[in-house]
Amino acid sequence: MLHIVNKSATERNSLESALRMATKGSAVLLIEDAVYAATQGSVAAAKIQSAMADVQIYALGPDLDARGMSARVLDGVKVVDYGGFVDLVTEHNSCQSWL
Amino acid sequence: MSDMMDDMDEGGEGVVKKFMFVNRKAPHGTIYALEGLEVVLISAAFDQDVSMVFVDDGVYELIKGVNTKGIEVKDFSKTYRALEGYDIEKLYVEKASMDARGLTEDDLIVDVTVLDSAEMANLMAEQDVVISY
Repeated sequence: MLHIVNKSATERNSLESALRMATKGSAVLLIEDAVYAATQGSVAAAKIQSAMADVQIYALGPDLDARGMSARVLDGVKVVDYGGFVDLVTEHNSCQSWL
Repeated sequence: MSDMMDDMDEGGEGVVKKFMFVNRKAPHGTIYALEGLEVVLISAAFDQDVSMVFVDDGVYELIKGVNTKGIEVKDFSKTYRALEGYDIEKLYVEKASMDARGLTEDDLIVDVTVLDSAEMANLMAEQDVVISY
């Protein structure tokens, strides 16, 4: 399962819900305002770091660039471009968008 | 609001009120940040006492080093630098909001005054008009 989150973790609880429902070996892709959670110093960073023991976290590069956050990405988070986004969707047998 | 209309009817010099624009949203994910900025620029035409404050995810609006090419939207972060030219020089950020996001003044594209939450609350309380995005 690929979980896709697009809302800021400091405004909505969708990241928290996604991480709670993400089973071991699944993937979580952060896009749009959700990418802030994968940056150093964010209060959400600890949640991402503890989740990384069981799930792979990805963040969409163009959304990080647009928010001036590319240089602050947490270690262990894989940055993907739009092509990588498509690859993730095809590699997993299902997707859940946490709108 | 009716007070405001009366003031306008008086014409001439007009009354200067304290306006505060509160920004609480990250840029790009929603239209609020850009629309809020547009309204502030319009307000500059009315020669009012304008303050702009950034709290919660609103502090993300002021991050420097933005590149929006990949998502194909306007990079309006540089517009905050133009505010000075419109005599909008009172920019405030809340320290707690910056701390929660691992940000410091050095990460911001404009000079701001950093306030603690109590100072921000007092500033908000002394306004005539508060408009929030």
